[in-house]
Amino acid sequence: MPSAADNLFKALADPTRRAIFERLAREGDQTVHALTARAGVSQPMVSKHLSALKRARLVRNRRKGRETHYSVQPRALAPLEDWIGHYGAFWQSKFDRLGEILERMDK
Amino acid sequence: MTTPETSTRSVIVEKEFPHPPQKVWRALTESSLIAQWLMENDFQPLAGHSFTLRMAPAPNWNGVIDCQVIAVEPGRTLSYTWGAFGLESVVTFTLTPTDAGTHLRMEHAGFGPDQEAAYKGANYGWQKFLGGLEQVVAGLD
Repeated sequence: MPSAADNLFKALADPTRRAIFERLAREGDQTVHALTARAGVSQPMVSKHLSALKRARLVRNRRKGRETHYSVQPRALAPLEDWIGHYGAFWQSKFDRLGEILERMDK
Repeated sequence: MTTPETSTRSVIVEKEFPHPPQKVWRALTESSLIAQWLMENDFQPLAGHSFTLRMAPAPNWNGVIDCQVIAVEPGRTLSYTWGAFGLESVVTFTLTPTDAGTHLRMEHAGFGPDQEAAYKGANYGWQKFLGGLEQVVAGLD
């Protein structure tokens, strides 16, 4: 199991940070100013949250003139898909094994 | 047939075994039998009992899954929490008697159902995965 999923959940554990991420995912590319206007916290806090999201590779940024624009990474949530896929395969193989054990058990 | 089904919130595997529910129940709840098909463990079929499931350590992981029994209904239902990789999830086994034996359904739920609707019309296909984050992250520090 990748620790990438772990990092992902930790990055999204903060409600404000999650709200920022969700807004970027829903509405697309935005500046720090635009995000701050609706985040309910100060611009330094928004910048701090964006840095954490960037470290977790959930968002990326690019300078455009005097403003920095943030957008979500298209594959940002892939570890979650992997997590679900991993357990699907895991339980399927365990069920096969359970069938074998049941055959060997006394009645 | 084994039918893995994945959705945004859980993994479901169902299978019919040609054995009576009492026997399947034993395989799900006796520690030495669990060890043979699932993992080494110190399971006891008592609600509230904390136990671990142990497999071979992997890089960045000690191989230990921390669990606690939630519900025990002999011959019918067993559920326990499943804590691994900082994620708290719940595993529920449901047994239903059939003409041929026992239908066993396992649901491993790590994602809550509540918020899915809120993300409809999303710009990104993968955004459905956001739906249950609230519940999943609730298990984190």
